[in-house]
Amino acid sequence: MARQMTGAKMVVQALKDQGVDTVFGYPGGAVLPIYDEIFQQNDIRHILVRHEQGAVHAAEGYARSTGKPGVVLVTSGPGATNAVTGLTDALMDSIPIIVLTGQVPTFMIGTDGFQEADTIGITRPCTKHNWLVKETDKLADTIHQAFHVAKSGRPGPVLVDIPKDVQFATGRYVEPKAARVSHYQPQVKGTIEAITDLVAAIEKAERPVFYTGGGVINSGPEASRLLRELVDSTGFPITSTLMGLGAYPASGKGWIGMLGMHGLYEANMAMHDCDLMINIGARFDDRITGRLDAFSPGSKKAHVDIDPSSINKVIHVDIPIIGDVGNVLGDLVNVWKSRGRKTNAEAVAKWWKQIEEWKTIDCLSFTNSEKLIKPQFALQRLEALTKKYDRYICTEVGQHQMWAAQYLTFEDPNRWMTSGGLGTMGYGFPASIGVQMAHPDALVINVAGEASWLMNMQEMGTAMQYRLPVKQFILNNERLGMVRQWQELLHGERYSQSWSESLPDFVKLAEAFGAKGIICKDPADLDDAIMEMLNYDGPVIFDCLVEKHENCFPMIPSGKPHNEMLLGNASTKGAIQAGGAVLV
Amino acid sequence: MSALKIKKGSSSHSAYELRDPNADIVEKHTLAVIVDNEAGVLARVIGLFSGRGYNIESLTVAEIDHTGHRSRITVVTTGTPAVIEQIKAQLGRIVPVHEVHDLTVEGPSVERELALFKVAGKGDQRVEALRLADIFRANVVDSTLKSFVFEITGTPEKIDAFADLMRPLGLEEVARTGVAALARGKK
Repeated sequence: MARQMTGAKMVVQALKDQGVDTVFGYPGGAVLPIYDEIFQQNDIRHILVRHEQGAVHAAEGYARSTGKPGVVLVTSGPGATNAVTGLTDALMDSIPIIVLTGQVPTFMIGTDGFQEADTIGITRPCTKHNWLVKETDKLADTIHQAFHVAKSGRPGPVLVDIPKDVQFATGRYVEPKAARVSHYQPQVKGTIEAITDLVAAIEKAERPVFYTGGGVINSGPEASRLLRELVDSTGFPITSTLMGLGAYPASGKGWIGMLGMHGLYEANMAMHDCDLMINIGARFDDRITGRLDAFSPGSKKAHVDIDPSSINKVIHVDIPIIGDVGNVLGDLVNVWKSRGRKTNAEAVAKWWKQIEEWKTIDCLSFTNSEKLIKPQFALQRLEALTKKYDRYICTEVGQHQMWAAQYLTFEDPNRWMTSGGLGTMGYGFPASIGVQMAHPDALVINVAGEASWLMNMQEMGTAMQYRLPVKQFILNNERLGMVRQWQELLHGERYSQSWSESLPDFVKLAEAFGAKGIICKDPADLDDAIMEMLNYDGPVIFDCLVEKHENCFPMIPSGKPHNEMLLGNASTKGAIQAGGAVLV
Repeated sequence: MSALKIKKGSSSHSAYELRDPNADIVEKHTLAVIVDNEAGVLARVIGLFSGRGYNIESLTVAEIDHTGHRSRITVVTTGTPAVIEQIKAQLGRIVPVHEVHDLTVEGPSVERELALFKVAGKGDQRVEALRLADIFRANVVDSTLKSFVFEITGTPEKIDAFADLMRPLGLEEVARTGVAALARGKK
């Protein structure tokens, strides 16, 4: 039924009809009519962030932890440009986000008006699609299309730019089901021929490995369930990218840990030596493949991806399957079962023996200290003390992020929020706010480095205002740890600009916002301090002073293949003769 | 770190693989892209090429269906077979793109370009220009006592050849439309 209403009212109505309950935003001149409508209703909760970048990352955290799209409302000009990093982050990690921006009135566009920016031009390469709405009659339809595009196919961020006169004018509202979305319908069903080819390869494989990614999580809980069924019933080993952690449980019998530049030794060796690689919802990122011409040289490769442009982009695959992971996995399981659930069990058992041998390297071992807190130890204790909770972990970007991926375990999808593709320092804190909004009673921890955390520390105000008990677990080494590590390994130990000077007193900083601050520097106090953080009902900044020069291992140096990993401690066991030993 | 034995200036100093993964032969392909005729659609297509480092040799765009709001973009591009496949997949991902056709591989096709040449000269040069224009079936669309404007249609190669001949005869200016192309035969 067509109803007449103002553009501003239409925005709120369209969000309600799309089932939106939370909007992250920041007001400004060009969105005042929409904020006026938000004031006059109670169905949608608006979370006032302290910086627009925070709004987008919070929406990403909300989206990743719920599977629903995150919604952002910001003003024109600087409001829109501040959202660009978050949009790019969401594009790289395929997170569905709808960003609504105000714009100067249509008759002022192009005049360099106050707070005018070419938002559509600026955000064109960092959104899946964007729209400038010039007529109120088209506004509702465009917002519904935006939701459709953000959620369909490979998810991603979209942006709708709404000039102020369009918000004031009256037009015709259309319901979501009446919106024009027909032509954008990505293929979700894989071709049965390709799926059958993959089943035939599974039946014969002697050294198979599942290599799964964020696509499994984006596809929804059913995809994770099917993946678990397939992995457990075939008895094949499974590794995952950073983005895919939790799709298969870390306690599962097939789990061999994360792969990639800082992945586990056994996972990377399995990738290198396998004869069948089954990529499900991952994209052969350069952090995964290492040197391309030496990437898994002897394997047949299958690739399930909803985005045709991901197929053969960097790695040529033998069995490409374009489709939604959940849909394809459903067919794959059915075909495999109908052909008699066959695998080459004898060869696979031998393969597992080899993997178990690699596991004995114990690639995550490190030399602990009684005087200083090792960052790995801090995460081991955090893992031990929080494992019983259904917890949500966010991270910033750097060494702490890799250690968190290595030492924390994930049993379910949507519990791990990290900036994988773009590597955005400052992502984790606002993301944790978005996660806590979606899961008010859950334990939400942001594992951070002090440098990353400072990049969006203004969001302490948001956490306090909405009483969001997010725990900021800062591994403070007073260094840009990953930059420092690369400078040590590759740039002659010249530590150019990679230390954090003039750091705030994090306890006082917490107290200044009315939150709780905890500092811990003695390994003996760590457990008590972590328990104090967990037991406090409110936001906590945990300043964990750790060893300043610890490096993150294993590490595949760039330009090296998977079987030339550097190990930390493990190398002293004589397992690898690489330069790793001298690095400890 | 000396232990890594990394030569200075080698790609191992970078986070990325700096060597060209495709040393294959470079091919020229003509792509026809059917898009919604909406604001910014051409910018999306061009932005894709510049953002991902693809080549554009020629590009034409015009509305082909007013009621259906459809435009046809004809783009001539070069790249290794893997890059051409990637370009097509990336184009297909753009939301207002409806169809992507690779006319170079989807069977025989016809390609035409229109060009205008301004040639100034007198005496024998002027007569020679006219004579060559006749051979190339170029039309004179403007004439003064000192100059001609020729209109010529044909394949890009034919227009290149005509340009080469006109250059010594007083070629002053050229305007080319870029390639329009269609598959031969019934759809």
